[in-house]
Amino acid sequence: MKPRHPATVIMVYTLLGLFSLVFAFPMAWLLVTALKPEDLIFQYPPVWVFPPTLKHVKDVVGGDVFHFKTYLANSLFVCEMTILGTILSCSMAAYSLARIRWSWRQPVFVIMLSTMMLPAQVTMIPVFVLFKQLGWINSFLPLIVPAFLGSPFFIFLLRQFFMTVPQDLMDAATVDGCGHMRIWWQVMMPLSKPALATVGLFAFLSAWNDFMGPLIYLLDENRYTLSLALAMFRNQYDTQYGPMMAASAIMTLPIIVLFFFTQRTFIQGVKMTGLKG
Amino acid sequence: MKRSQSDFIAGFLFALPYLIGLCVFALYPIAMSFYYSFTRYDIFSSPEWIGLANYTELFGDRFFWTSIYNTLYYTFISVPLGMLVAVAAGIAVECQKFRGSLSSGLSFFLPSITPLVAASLLWLWIFNARFGLLNSVITPVLDFLNDFLDSSLTAPGWLADPSWSKPALILMSLWGVGGTMVLYLAALQDVPQSLYEVAELDGAGPFRRFLSVTLPMISPVLFFTLVMGLIAAFQVFLQAYVMTAGGPGDSTTFYCLYLFNNGFLYFRLGYASAMAWILFLLVIAVTFLVFKTTGRYVYYEGEGA
Repeated sequence: MKPRHPATVIMVYTLLGLFSLVFAFPMAWLLVTALKPEDLIFQYPPVWVFPPTLKHVKDVVGGDVFHFKTYLANSLFVCEMTILGTILSCSMAAYSLARIRWSWRQPVFVIMLSTMMLPAQVTMIPVFVLFKQLGWINSFLPLIVPAFLGSPFFIFLLRQFFMTVPQDLMDAATVDGCGHMRIWWQVMMPLSKPALATVGLFAFLSAWNDFMGPLIYLLDENRYTLSLALAMFRNQYDTQYGPMMAASAIMTLPIIVLFFFTQRTFIQGVKMTGLKG
Repeated sequence: MKRSQSDFIAGFLFALPYLIGLCVFALYPIAMSFYYSFTRYDIFSSPEWIGLANYTELFGDRFFWTSIYNTLYYTFISVPLGMLVAVAAGIAVECQKFRGSLSSGLSFFLPSITPLVAASLLWLWIFNARFGLLNSVITPVLDFLNDFLDSSLTAPGWLADPSWSKPALILMSLWGVGGTMVLYLAALQDVPQSLYEVAELDGAGPFRRFLSVTLPMISPVLFFTLVMGLIAAFQVFLQAYVMTAGGPGDSTTFYCLYLFNNGFLYFRLGYASAMAWILFLLVIAVTFLVFKTTGRYVYYEGEGA
């Protein structure tokens, strides 16, 4: 391309800088409020420079009203089980749909694709009634058990990956006397680590961020997950924005840390799933 | 013969967890919710068949129409606007990458992975009419204009004002377009440089190049995000539930919030199921419509000669 006039370049870069600054502003506001001394929060116009305090963070983490440790433990438990269940059930189904020749393979795949766009609102009520009849309300089971029974999106993703594994490897394993069980567990799974990492990461994200599930199924406050507790925070603390922003920052932090450690997997996942919203 | 039989058993067993999931969490609920939509059902007593009564009641329900209006308002502004911002952000990051800087990419992307509950509380504070970040930026500008024009403009009340609450939530949604931006960025990077060079040789300026090269080349991704965006926006719920509880007035009572309230607040499960089915049909109709109308503007590489 032609070399551009320096003034044009400077102008373009200033505009770009401003544009990204606008996006960074709210995040900065979150951090600044979380670290702001109580008496400065309602100062107008807002101050950006002040001696930072960890008071709000400590209030939230060790507070009497907001039982942070309980919520965190609940969230982590649900997340762990969701990751485990998703990886097991989805990789098995994906193996079946990608690598085993059986007559239902194509019909099941087509049905699965056609349920992918199904709005959650359609299934929400009957599934709630079902779990209520099972007596599972106010337990973690409604949040965990579905993960062990597959999810179309992740099955699709893993199936695409399993399809790319060379047939020769499977044939060699078969000659060595491996059945499907061992091929799945000892050939497919080790070869699919990148795809499994993506699935695990996004299973974690969806469980960590899930709001509707906990809202419907968890009644006792000591069962709340972090996302539900945070939403209820609004009612408890009303307009105490310091603790509110501190709690929001704490809930966001693990995801940002995770992003920095798994950037490639993360971006790959976004591209493959087309991230909702 | 033996082989194919054992393969069927293996295939079936491997898929079994999902097959159970498919039945219990997709097929059965679809059938049941269809059935519930023709019943009066409060979960404590068994469903009572009332035919089309839920549907006829819905069509006379003022809140139902308000919720549809609110949802369409939100959807048809936030989705196209979000795509526009995401394209702009994608181009901005793409331009800057020549200088090896990814920091601007981060500032677009990180908001999109912020948990929606956390983002909702954050924006609740940003939109605070008296002490919030947004009005602390807007008010000085308006004061300056007022001095200049001798007018008396005041900053909006955002979530406290029924006529500004939906624009406020739309504004918030624009902050989260980072995921879409990543998709556009990938598509932008796939556009062959040679096409731009040829266009430039033909005397096309930057604007013309964008219109005639970039846009057609990324149109499949635009199309995909349009469909996904519309469907997601129809289901907007969390922000309204956490930030405004549907208010002020009914100004942010979106379709899925009203559906949720009917189901889990008033325990009108039949009525809520009827709403769910209308939403389902709407999603199918819109997807179909978008495919029909936009499909022919989408350019897929390798199609035709």
